[in-house]
Amino acid sequence: MKLRGRVHRYGDHVNTDVIIPARYLNTSDAKELAAHCMEDIDPEFVNRVEPGDIIVGGEDFGCGSSREQAPLAIKTCGVSCVIAASFARIFFRNSINIGLPVLVCAEASAEAAAGDEMEVDLASGRIENLTQGRTYQAEPFPEFLQQIIAAGGLVAHVKKKVTAGG
Amino acid sequence: MGMTITEKILAAHSGREVVRPGEFVNARVDLMLGNDITAPLAIAEFRKMGAERVADRSRVALVADHYTPNKDIKSAEQCRVMREFALSQEVAHFWDTGRAGIEHALLPEEGLVAPGECVIGADSHTCTYGALGAFATGVGSTDLAAAMATGECWLRVPPTIKVVYRGELKPWVGGKDLILYTIGRIGVSGALYQALEFAGETIESLPMAGRLTMCNMAIEAGAKNGIINPDAETERFMKSVTSRSYQPVVSDPDAEYVRTVEIDCAQIEPQVALPHLPENARPVQEVGEVTIDQAVIGSCTNGRMEDLRIAAALLKGRKVHPRVRLIVIPGTPKIHLEAIKEGLGEIFLAAGAVLSTPTCGPCLGGHMGVLAAGERAVATTNRNFVGRMGHTKSEVYLAGPAVAAASAVLGRIAHPEELS
Repeated sequence: MKLRGRVHRYGDHVNTDVIIPARYLNTSDAKELAAHCMEDIDPEFVNRVEPGDIIVGGEDFGCGSSREQAPLAIKTCGVSCVIAASFARIFFRNSINIGLPVLVCAEASAEAAAGDEMEVDLASGRIENLTQGRTYQAEPFPEFLQQIIAAGGLVAHVKKKVTAGG
Repeated sequence: MGMTITEKILAAHSGREVVRPGEFVNARVDLMLGNDITAPLAIAEFRKMGAERVADRSRVALVADHYTPNKDIKSAEQCRVMREFALSQEVAHFWDTGRAGIEHALLPEEGLVAPGECVIGADSHTCTYGALGAFATGVGSTDLAAAMATGECWLRVPPTIKVVYRGELKPWVGGKDLILYTIGRIGVSGALYQALEFAGETIESLPMAGRLTMCNMAIEAGAKNGIINPDAETERFMKSVTSRSYQPVVSDPDAEYVRTVEIDCAQIEPQVALPHLPENARPVQEVGEVTIDQAVIGSCTNGRMEDLRIAAALLKGRKVHPRVRLIVIPGTPKIHLEAIKEGLGEIFLAAGAVLSTPTCGPCLGGHMGVLAAGERAVATTNRNFVGRMGHTKSEVYLAGPAVAAASAVLGRIAHPEELS
């Protein structure tokens, strides 16, 4: 599957408190959460974001709290994928589990600028910065995770086991 | 080649003789945890998985601790979802307002985590339980849902960093100072995807409360888990909370570590982490003149009886600075009651502090002490990110209970020695 959208660029250590501030965690409603996505780091984000857009972060993207509401808010905003030099581990697994594509690519992250148009081929991990005419290769997912991704996330993956009586 | 304690626990819980870093396992989970913020989402996902009953009700713990006592209507609804699920599924370990404590203070106190066990929690500070010699890590809501449905969780075996602490601690220096200093040394992503194994003579003589504080903040260095090999202190603590049996494991002498960090504790002063990252740690003497509006003593990091005693010793016979609001939050109802019985409650109230019921409230800017724009707090909590405790233009300085109490009295960030 190919994803295409404009880049929203952030720095290192973007934490889950700024992705979805805890003051909004009194609800599990994805649309309500999405309305406050990135609010404490980029209050205009929700007005700018278009379906398909790509968030690019630096090192340690999604650090802090375990709140799954963070990748959920990003996904519900219409963001097609997140590219970063590295991800905090709970954010990474949450994203895999809920089916938000996350790609690790330090070079693509370092060279991307806000507003760049990018295309991502999820199957191959090829990232193309159309604005700059540059291509990159994201780190491949281990086979174990590919199974969860292929199933469409952990819910579908577990559902197979549960309904099979295992 | 031997294995680390982390590798041994993961191997034992996935039916394997040996596991190595980088391998994926489906681990049997001994205890799974959720709270009023993460459990409602997990319950929704649990249903989407087609699951009807939790795999094992005795291994599920649900704690209403974040936005409780219910801070608003929406929070009340979230708690209701969790309560109804807990009751209908006959979840063995469910705590509601009045009996609930801050989860990571509560579960060890209840004897629900033991050496050698594997624990996951839909809360990033689940890594606290590594202090008991357990493998414990934070996960998301969907992970909790999967664990409730299947009893298992997918995990990648982490490489381990060994941090060796030597030397005697200076007065007023405790677990919080050691972990802030460590995060300052290795950085907030210094242990990303890795296990942090705390070892050395200083750790061996560190009481359990300090160990829990250290492992609690392993996540603040990006670690998957913090862990300490169980020893006599672990046994003493376990005996004080439970009579059940458990199987402790320890790292092999020839276990492989990705890195070893040596820390000379005799040089460590009480630490303060400046806004807006926990790695901005420095000795309290080097912070300079920083006035504060609020001090918070509590949280899953420092809300234990030992922490309250340190604070009370400094506050006894003194008054909180007129410009400062001091909020003291015992971690659990049991600690709260003990604090009252020991006379600490009276010391806090006489000093002009608030003595709150157990709640995570102010730590994450939820309720019970939210900061306004331009306000500054010193807190014994674990994160000082932008907006963590309220307005994005407020600031949080992280410290241990001694620095927080001294600062509350003096109205500025202060070394406890300045009070004498």
